[in-house]
Amino acid sequence: MKVTVKLFASLRDGRFDEAVLEVPESGFVSDAIAAAGLSEGEATVMFRNARHVLPEDALVEGDSLSLFPPVGGG
Amino acid sequence: MKELFEHLKEGQSDGLVPWQVELQVAEATGAGFREIEGAALRGGLRLERYARNFRTIDIEGQLRLHEGSVAVIGCGGLGGYLIEELARLGIGTLIAVDPDSFEASNLNRQILATVADLGRPKVQVAAERVRSINPATAVIQRQIRFDTGSADLILAGVDVVADALDSIPSRLELAAAAARLGLPLVHGAIAGWYIQATTALPGSAAIETLFGSATTSRGIETETGNPAFAPAVAASIQAAEITKLLLGRPAALAGRLLHLDLERMTAITLPL
Repeated sequence: MKVTVKLFASLRDGRFDEAVLEVPESGFVSDAIAAAGLSEGEATVMFRNARHVLPEDALVEGDSLSLFPPVGGG
Repeated sequence: MKELFEHLKEGQSDGLVPWQVELQVAEATGAGFREIEGAALRGGLRLERYARNFRTIDIEGQLRLHEGSVAVIGCGGLGGYLIEELARLGIGTLIAVDPDSFEASNLNRQILATVADLGRPKVQVAAERVRSINPATAVIQRQIRFDTGSADLILAGVDVVADALDSIPSRLELAAAAARLGLPLVHGAIAGWYIQATTALPGSAAIETLFGSATTSRGIETETGNPAFAPAVAASIQAAEITKLLLGRPAALAGRLLHLDLERMTAITLPL
């Protein structure tokens, strides 16, 4: 199934701003993260259709996922 | 204090108490500027030094800021600009918290860092800067590291907490302490072109949501660095939220993440 993945901040470097990616049927947020080429821990804040989710949460066809890295500087 | 008020009232010019009159009243009565401005604002007098706030912050609002107390946790990139802006806004009390002294690597972005002050404690320089801008703002200097053990001392009597820290575990500790004490927390963080901000009202898990999954003590700023414009923008967003909280207006970022990309000049807000 297809989901839209939006990357933010440095996650875009060498990747993309927004892409439609193929993930397994009944897949999870973690599957989309892997499909985007992100390694574990790179994205620490994630939203599915503008609601906060975790890697183990399920996806459905057509979902829009927004992924953020940790921004912690002061 | 009627006498103080009468002095100020008589000294009005074009509906404003000139700064020069504040100076004269301080000299004539021995009163401090905090006392003088409190007497003026409580009596409904406009002060020249806040005249340009007028339509955004009226006399009643200016009095609320005068009676407000904000803890600025971290006096580096974000904290320096916050202290600068909160003093100009006329916040009554600032608690400046930072264990460190200025280093040359701070000069690229920290407004309080100057060549002359390298090696000096950040909180001491912050207090001097505030005195030079607004002697009606009191600064309590805490040259200590914020942690769970020092939280109660640092946050006692505070109205709003500003998260201007630079480590994820410290930010989580601060959020937990603010939540325990029922205090609103205004968060800002920077990395390169990127800025995030949110306001965590008591009961909100916003900061845990932002950082609970992080496996490192620092974020992407260890790779991006932090140029001068990032703390200026982030701290200004925080200062606006703090002002709204003290004025009793809704904080627009309560329960929402604001993410700014200053390279693309795009903004997104998402519910936390």
